[in-house]
Amino acid sequence: MATRDTDWDGVRLHVVTGKGGTGKTTVAGALALALAANGKNVLLMEVEGRQGIAQLFDVPPLPYAERRIAVGLGTRAHQGGDVFALVADPESALLEYLEMFYSLRHAGSALAKLGVMDFATTIAPGLRDVLLTGKAAEAVRRKDDKRSRVYDAVVMDAPPTGRIGRFLNVTSEVSDLARVGPIRGHADTVLKVIRSPETVVHFVTVLEEMPVQETLDGIAELRALGGIRAGGIIVNMTRPLELAAGQLQAAADGDIDQAQLALGLKSAGLDDAAALAAALSAELCAQAKTALGQELQQQRLDTAGQPCYQLPWLTGGIGLSGLYRLASALREQKAA
Amino acid sequence: MAESRPPELDVDRLIDDRRTRIIVCCGSGGVGKTTLAAAIGLRAAERGRHVVVLTVDPARRLAQSMGLTSLDNTPRVVPGVRPAAHAGNGAESAGSLHAMMLDMKRTFDEIVEAHADPDRAAQILANPFYQSLSSSFAGTQEYMAMEKLGQLRRADEWDLIVVDTPPSRSALDFLDAPQRLSRFLDGKLLRLLTAPAKVGGRAYLRVLNAGFGVVTGMLTKILGTAVLKDVQTFVSALDTMFGGFRERADYTYQLLRAPGTSFLVVAAPEDDALREASYFVERLDHERMPLAGLIINRVQLLPAAHLSAARSQAAAETLQAAGPSEHAGSEEAARLLTIAALHLHADRMEQAAAQRRTAEQFTGAHPLVPVAEIPAQAEDVHDLDGLRRIGQAFGSA
Repeated sequence: MATRDTDWDGVRLHVVTGKGGTGKTTVAGALALALAANGKNVLLMEVEGRQGIAQLFDVPPLPYAERRIAVGLGTRAHQGGDVFALVADPESALLEYLEMFYSLRHAGSALAKLGVMDFATTIAPGLRDVLLTGKAAEAVRRKDDKRSRVYDAVVMDAPPTGRIGRFLNVTSEVSDLARVGPIRGHADTVLKVIRSPETVVHFVTVLEEMPVQETLDGIAELRALGGIRAGGIIVNMTRPLELAAGQLQAAADGDIDQAQLALGLKSAGLDDAAALAAALSAELCAQAKTALGQELQQQRLDTAGQPCYQLPWLTGGIGLSGLYRLASALREQKAA
Repeated sequence: MAESRPPELDVDRLIDDRRTRIIVCCGSGGVGKTTLAAAIGLRAAERGRHVVVLTVDPARRLAQSMGLTSLDNTPRVVPGVRPAAHAGNGAESAGSLHAMMLDMKRTFDEIVEAHADPDRAAQILANPFYQSLSSSFAGTQEYMAMEKLGQLRRADEWDLIVVDTPPSRSALDFLDAPQRLSRFLDGKLLRLLTAPAKVGGRAYLRVLNAGFGVVTGMLTKILGTAVLKDVQTFVSALDTMFGGFRERADYTYQLLRAPGTSFLVVAAPEDDALREASYFVERLDHERMPLAGLIINRVQLLPAAHLSAARSQAAAETLQAAGPSEHAGSEEAARLLTIAALHLHADRMEQAAAQRRTAEQFTGAHPLVPVAEIPAQAEDVHDLDGLRRIGQAFGSA
């Protein structure tokens, strides 16, 4: 198979985070489709129990099981591979863990009915996280009987930016609780995967002040933790204006030649050109202001020193076709 | 299809009505809920109310836009509130505005300090399990937000409290979390666990005989003995407060249903946000909580809305087909400027149409819920004037 350089060659676990409302789940879905190009198999994993993947791919609610939900992005040379989805919840992961390590599935289910599982994950919030990241680490490392990896990549639709550091930094979370013991051992294995070069954390943002600030804070937080790698910054829902750089500032200042605009509108065959020119220049001015603010935010993102990718705004919702469009955009920019 | 418009949500009437004592802003994350709560608070203050805004969002910018360097767990006065010109609501002078940001750990600590003697309080506060519960339990923030709301209401220093709910996994969490936490804290399982540490645990002994060994064995396997020990110490120290937690949760729950409380559901004109809003509206109805209406934030409103996307696009194509003007200079500049303006307009008209379709899915399912729309702002809010501009949209309703 022809190899093609991407910015994340060798990465197997793509953790996708972002502030609420930035389209984190959508980007995770598009990234999974893009990574599944050229016959690769990808697992798209959701950990917050909101059934976002099911809504995104327009399928019925997904269980705690790996289901094939889509075909990866096709290219001229190759058909896309398969994208599988998994909705992981801490309780099921805990049952699976008990079974795997202690063959305790039956006792586990009985205890689940008593509410013990809820209790255990409640009194130890770190436990919840380590079970979920543990599931991702397990999927990354899983091999088939021919000893080759089952998944070429795992994409995790992770908790929002504000919680990502704590979510991934499982050892310190759990070491507060389990100083020794099996969970501690489990956490250490998980952290080895998360800190390896096979794992990166991508940040989804839009060009507004608060999401950009959270992105920068999140990257700084990961750096401070040490060992967990920040990945790309994916700027979602971009809508460039067709104005030259100099014009943008003028338009934002309200310095738009309405007479010129009216002239143009008239030659385009539109009536009442003067009134229309006034209304359209108000629109231009507002959008130019927004665009200038966005430029400023882009400059702030550039200071983070991580690769930046741009995804276009899709008019009229996303849908499956939109998702593939975003996937190709990611691929063209070598994000996948 | 006949166009049926939903009833208009009159926010000014809501905030002018002195019987309105609590406004709860809820909705999914990223819809501008916190900023709206601040804008509503400011508008109410400038129309004569004495308002406190309780936010859970640590946004520095919001604090700065209210002239404060930062927000903390104590209500701070917001300078610069002035009477609204021509408020038309009979208010002669401005009221006042305070703002605060919830510190959930501090609030939890205060409850402990208020309910236990100093020695026992110190013991609880130092317990590692308490520290993890009070700073990271999923639900503590919601519980403490509601607790703070109850405190502010009891203090009776303000005649209107505007509260912004935590950016939960789901917008419904803040209704459930207080009960979940109180159920947890005085739950059977926790008592079961701590029964050996107590004398009067007889009622639980029967269950205990059957299952206790298995339960603790399992939890020890999962968590290790140290955690269980912390939990046991914590629970026996907290014993006297158990009843208190449930009572408090019940009190806030009743407060939310009481006359004088109104819920505003906030959404962006997008599928996900409006779907959450739908769930929320249904849930409030089910709980018989008073819903004032839905605010759709950041709606694309266009001055040239009478020019359709299709006509705008067609006109742009006409100009493009005409090709570069022979007269270089101003005529060519006019052509390019017009093409840019027409493309922009067509794109935004399509967005506006998509937003309207999304909103109609909501109003179709909930035709009786009053709706207000807030236009998208060109720039981020930086000062009180920015908040005022948002509030002005309530006036046109």
